[in-house]
Amino acid sequence: MIEIENVHKSFGDLEVVKGVSLTVNKGEVVSIIGGSGSGKSTLLMCINGLEPIQQGSIRVDGTEVHARGTDLNRLRQKIGIVFQQWNAFPHLTVLENVMLAPCKVLGKSKAEAEAMAVRQLESVGLGDKLKVFPGKLSGGQQQRMAIARALAMSPDYMLFDEATSALDPQLVGEVLDTMRMLAEDGMTMVLVTHEIPFAREVSDRVAFFRDGVVHEIGTPDQVIGNPQKPETAAFLKSVI
Amino acid sequence: MFGIDYSFRWRSALRALPDMLSGAWVTFETAALSMIFGVIIALLLMVMRQMNNPLARGFASTWISIARNTPSLFQIYILYFGLGSFGLHVSSWFALLAGITFNNAGYLAENFRGGLKAIPDTQMRAARSLGMNAFQAYRLIVVPQLLRIVFYPLTNQMVWAVLMTSLGVIVGLNDDLTGVTQSYNVKTFRTFEYFAIAAVLYYLIAKAIVLAARLLGWRLFRY
Repeated sequence: MIEIENVHKSFGDLEVVKGVSLTVNKGEVVSIIGGSGSGKSTLLMCINGLEPIQQGSIRVDGTEVHARGTDLNRLRQKIGIVFQQWNAFPHLTVLENVMLAPCKVLGKSKAEAEAMAVRQLESVGLGDKLKVFPGKLSGGQQQRMAIARALAMSPDYMLFDEATSALDPQLVGEVLDTMRMLAEDGMTMVLVTHEIPFAREVSDRVAFFRDGVVHEIGTPDQVIGNPQKPETAAFLKSVI
Repeated sequence: MFGIDYSFRWRSALRALPDMLSGAWVTFETAALSMIFGVIIALLLMVMRQMNNPLARGFASTWISIARNTPSLFQIYILYFGLGSFGLHVSSWFALLAGITFNNAGYLAENFRGGLKAIPDTQMRAARSLGMNAFQAYRLIVVPQLLRIVFYPLTNQMVWAVLMTSLGVIVGLNDDLTGVTQSYNVKTFRTFEYFAIAAVLYYLIAKAIVLAARLLGWRLFRY
């Protein structure tokens, strides 16, 4: 369970997250929607401690993420994250990209890590690209590789930071399919997304962020289908 | 006129070739050593520059700044005679090696810094998000990419180091390529012949380094 309580986060003088509280239960898929600069991506980076926070608390399975004694490296092993800019490691093949962390962080044997990596890559449809370098892949393929790379750590949670925003439109579908598959498998997921129809389809709950706070939250049918607040309605109208 | 009555004596000059070749080996060895130490020190300087400690930062930037902005001849000279005047007597070879290493480290540290900047922060972030600690992220993700970026500047610096070793002669080094050449020169006054042969040898060493680096690069960088 991810418990976010009254989190404030600033970059210098600029406060980006202004008191967000949100709980994500095991097996739940929560989508965060909202305009750019509303603090959604920043909040995601705070969940696995990639960004410090100024106030409030985030607990993952009861572990305080930003407490002094927290072993973030250990915590991050169970929180996978997929970035907007996929961030493939260019000097490693697709297979090596996926095998690296299981070998070096989890201490798995090469054979074991490779078997796991091949399985993950096959499940995202990259079984025939194992020996290829990421530079030779399309954006959609690189993003699917990034998903496989995160999954190879057998995480309990997956965070997606606008995973399809940097992709050509015709490549969005393949990545969404992969994410859908994951949601159907019961993975606990937090998605920051601009794909409103997709969010409506896969989410258990949708949170609309505005100006650094959760402006409206509820089931997809409520928030997207029948928004209660005029700002939510206006935002949805502008993006759909 | 002196241009007319000079007759070339290549045959006698070429008899010095075996001695000059062993001098060339000393030259290459010295340059290679100065590169190995230079790379290690450059990495340390690069790290020191990123540190919060103002003393470490100041030390590194002073080193880099002096190494890059003063003649390498002076750097060697000062190491030899300067240290000598403090009672610290070093051999000419050591002064040369230390001087070139000082120079290499300064230039390479700057190259490494530029290379590091060329690697997006997001690479580090992605590595850390997979649970790697900072050291692992550097070693497995950042440094391999850095190596590729700085590989050709590194090759250039190695060539430059080979050419710089010729400055050893000013502090009395006599067994490197320039030293050997100079000894023959002062004995025979066949300046043109000996230095022309030496120049060809320097050229060949430099070209061999570039070629070897290119082959190594093909082997090393698969992406």
